[in-house]
Amino acid sequence: MPVKNSVGALGRRTVNAVWRMGLAARFFGLTLLYSGVSFRRFRLTRREMFFSGVMSLIIIVVAGMFVGMVLALQGYETLKRYGSESALGSLVALSLVRELGPVLAALLFASRAGSAMTAEIGLMKATEQIDAMELMAVNPIARVVAPRFWAGVISMPLLSAIFSAMGVFGGYVVGVVVIGVDEGSFWSQMQSAVDFRQDVMNGVIKSVVFGVAVTVISLFEGFDAPPTAEGVSGATTRTVVESSLVILMLDFILTAFMFRGD
Amino acid sequence: MERTTLDLWVGTFVVAGIVALGVLAFKVGNLSTYNVSETYQLTAYFANIGGLKQQASIKSAGVLIGRVKEITLDTERYQAKVTMTIDKRYQFDHDTYAKILTSGLLGEQYIGLDAGGDAEMLKNGDTIEHTQSAVVLEDLIGKVINMLAEGPAKPKEANGKK
Repeated sequence: MPVKNSVGALGRRTVNAVWRMGLAARFFGLTLLYSGVSFRRFRLTRREMFFSGVMSLIIIVVAGMFVGMVLALQGYETLKRYGSESALGSLVALSLVRELGPVLAALLFASRAGSAMTAEIGLMKATEQIDAMELMAVNPIARVVAPRFWAGVISMPLLSAIFSAMGVFGGYVVGVVVIGVDEGSFWSQMQSAVDFRQDVMNGVIKSVVFGVAVTVISLFEGFDAPPTAEGVSGATTRTVVESSLVILMLDFILTAFMFRGD
Repeated sequence: MERTTLDLWVGTFVVAGIVALGVLAFKVGNLSTYNVSETYQLTAYFANIGGLKQQASIKSAGVLIGRVKEITLDTERYQAKVTMTIDKRYQFDHDTYAKILTSGLLGEQYIGLDAGGDAEMLKNGDTIEHTQSAVVLEDLIGKVINMLAEGPAKPKEANGKK
């Protein structure tokens, strides 16, 4: 009975998905509950900040530069038609600070640091290091998961700010230095268009939310991975796919809340 | 506590992030031009505010002196009630005229204040009596079409009767 089987499979998958959702929520709660250690022994968190934050710097800086340069190039072509090349600065800055900075930095963070976290924790589980910790009465969530979580949450807004700032610099290089838009109007139009609370702070809030989402997904997938080579590789793939989708969906929801056009 | 190169890198990263935020706030954003001086509030009623938005600028003689704080519809008068926050350094008298203007042909709308000649100054919470609504392009075009239709239409009718 193929029909019966496929209906059954669909049901099993749905139940499994809801089950995992509940597990992830409980996992998130436990992470927050056992967070004390990651601040009392900040050394642990700092070490993870090195691996997730500092190691992502190069990709963030280079990607930010190029995104800003492309924005300036494309924006100039379009704005030139309306004779408002001077608005190039506000175009580049607003699109970076509001959307591209937080979203692209989070996508890069998910694929650069999130996948590494999943693979690391998945392998720790496969090689029974997590079980060994439990046997030694060390709470693995407090010792392994929470420092990585907080490192990600702290790193994400910093990375996104660096991304936006590098993007503005890239836009300046292409717009002012290469194309020759007037430097004074480039910066003054930018400053009059970008509001600190409305645009910069909302971008920071976005990136904090993305940081929580990406790290929770990465850590949960690692913790939940079947202890086999295949299981860990599958979990790593799922981390990147799920985080990317969640980032884009959350971005829409947050944007709808933040910028309703009065 | 021992110092490691790892700490140095994490420190560099955090400093770079904070510097980037600072650049976004002061160089890209408008935090450096934020008015920290004291303000007072005035209200004005307009028959039509056009495309005026919250946070729109309030200018007098082209100088930025405040921002629009709130826009609501007053259901007693069925007019737009605009609350403005104005820098305390700039005082206006009771004869002040508030107009909704547009910067450039397609630019943003703002409120322009023209001072009058009254001796008494407006205080916090007072209402500006003299206002001029925004120019709505559709109304303007409608008027022009009406004028054109009324003007040359009469001789045509006369021609038809002939």
